[in-house]
Amino acid sequence: MFVRNKTLTLAASAALAAAAIASGAARADDVFKIGLIVPMTGGQASTGKQIDNAIKLYMQQNGDTVAGKKIQVILKDDAALPDNTKRLAQELIVNDKVNVIAGFGVTPAAFAAAPLATQGKVPEVVMAAGTSVITEKSPYIVRTSFTLPQSSTIIGDWAVKNGIKKVATLTSDYAPGNDALASFKERFTAGGGEIVEEVKVPLANPDFAPFLQRMKDAKPDAMFVFVPAGQGGNFMKQYAERGLDKSGIKVIGPGDVTDDDLLNDMGDAVLGTVTAHIYSAAHPSAKNKEFVAAYKKAFNSRPGFMAVGGYDGIHLIYEALKKSDGKTDGDSLLAAMKGMAWESPRGPISIDPETRDIVQNVYIRKVEKVDGELYNVEFQTFEAVKDPGKAKK
Amino acid sequence: MTAILTNLFDGVAYGMLLFVLACGLAVTLGLMNFVNLAHGAFAMTGGYVCAVLANQLGWPFFAALPFAFIVSAVIGAALERTLYQHLYARSHLDQVLFSIGLVFMSVAAADYVMGSSRLFIKLPAALQGQFDVFGVGIGRYRLMIIVICGLLTVGLQLVLSKTRFGSRLRAAVDDPRAASGLGINVPQVFAFTFAFGCGLAGLGGALSAEILGLDPYFPLKFMIYFLIVVTVGGSSSITGPFLASLLLGIGDVAGKYYVPKLGPFVIYTIMIVILIWRPNGLFGRTATR
Repeated sequence: MFVRNKTLTLAASAALAAAAIASGAARADDVFKIGLIVPMTGGQASTGKQIDNAIKLYMQQNGDTVAGKKIQVILKDDAALPDNTKRLAQELIVNDKVNVIAGFGVTPAAFAAAPLATQGKVPEVVMAAGTSVITEKSPYIVRTSFTLPQSSTIIGDWAVKNGIKKVATLTSDYAPGNDALASFKERFTAGGGEIVEEVKVPLANPDFAPFLQRMKDAKPDAMFVFVPAGQGGNFMKQYAERGLDKSGIKVIGPGDVTDDDLLNDMGDAVLGTVTAHIYSAAHPSAKNKEFVAAYKKAFNSRPGFMAVGGYDGIHLIYEALKKSDGKTDGDSLLAAMKGMAWESPRGPISIDPETRDIVQNVYIRKVEKVDGELYNVEFQTFEAVKDPGKAKK
Repeated sequence: MTAILTNLFDGVAYGMLLFVLACGLAVTLGLMNFVNLAHGAFAMTGGYVCAVLANQLGWPFFAALPFAFIVSAVIGAALERTLYQHLYARSHLDQVLFSIGLVFMSVAAADYVMGSSRLFIKLPAALQGQFDVFGVGIGRYRLMIIVICGLLTVGLQLVLSKTRFGSRLRAAVDDPRAASGLGINVPQVFAFTFAFGCGLAGLGGALSAEILGLDPYFPLKFMIYFLIVVTVGGSSSITGPFLASLLLGIGDVAGKYYVPKLGPFVIYTIMIVILIWRPNGLFGRTATR
């Protein structure tokens, strides 16, 4: 009896497995799977939510069938912890047999998935993380967000040209912060500027008071600030509390500190802040107006630069699939992605065929009040900026 | 000189804030001998209550503040009656596991209800900015924290040492059986004390939102700070955590100002040095239980 039972179970499981393989094979033909790994909980959750929103919006607008294949997005939450990212990427590639992995809210997460992308020959589309070296970690990485040197070098040049001579810097002490600091410092000092104070703030820092007091006592013309987007609000509030806005010390930096997502809650102290960045919800193009309106209508909030990274990322995947005529292997997709150029809500962008990194306009913007809301209003454009981190090599 | 005084002021304000946030834990952990790691969840509740009232319903900040206390205290009382009271007699490990579970549930709940982005509470103009006293920058909001927390400390100390309730509480803690033999309703005293501790946490959460930021991860992010205050201060009185909070607040601010490279470690160094010197905390009594 035991024997029979066992045989039955075996037969049943064999039949099940066969069915699973058969249906899996059938599915693999007409379904194109994207494994989206983003932080949906934790301190970086706003990044994940913006990317998820933008992808949903894009798929509503463009349908979910491309080159005869049905697009399926499998969303996984890694809470921005690289260990989770690695495990999830492995599951997605091995079990779910995804065609692309995408997302990656923070730099360590993008790093963690890189070896898996290489081994599995699966394109890794980085939609948020901004450290320069990311794309060098695997030949399968393509980026649709930005790099911190892209904006930090430009704000450095702008500062020297606009009479800012002494700058104090306040940056978060992790890879993107150090990238931003190094790029800014190089350009700013090369142009004759002087760094009078340099403070690195721990990433999990509750109170900026002592650091801001140090900035105030250094009496610079401006302070260069990079904190991750979520902390920008905290920072600007305490900047105002300490009266730094009234003592004439302006804030300059890459645009993370004035993320559109949080800008409206920061209060009027943020007015006049000059940043260099790749995207503003106030970017005056028809394409962007349409994007912002659709996003606001669907999610009742304003899209930030993370949303646009996700929106362009999914566009890149759609177009690559079209261009490769439905070929879903990693190498065909990657070949299609290299060199692709299109009009994004942020302006014209393209994928550098050599570095697989994004080439885009960087805008200098100033926070102003438009119709009672705070916006980063663009006033100067640097066209087709490649990642300076790689140009150096 | 003025820089030193400004830092001292900031440090005192930060310390006072830590005290209000943590003193409820000192009460539950020290007086009731219950390891309640979910303390920060009550602080977060207070913060969100204040934020909803002030931002969404348009209440003035000072009207919303007492409600942060009341709502957290009521929730605390309800949880004490339904969940916590069953764990008083259990081991500390059970209490830790239970309360850390509550923390994760509160994080998920806050994320679901309030969203994950950071919230700020709308403040009246009178509380914004800084004014100068002989060149020392005094932040208005931080000054308010010092005043409120100072009054609260004095009040708490008086209640615990001078009132009938205070002596009942101390009796109930030291020897519950003898206390109930004397006609003290021990469960009631505990429930009330626990609720009061949660209320204090809620008030602290509402006050801290401006400086520490408010998001669903609040209970996890600041748990370590609450624990440091209680460990360094010793958990047998209110004076210990009070002095510990001030010391840590001032030390943390000064450390970040004068040695920014080491900044975040100063608070831990202070803790380690004090604990080597006095393993039961500054005002700890040797464990009798």
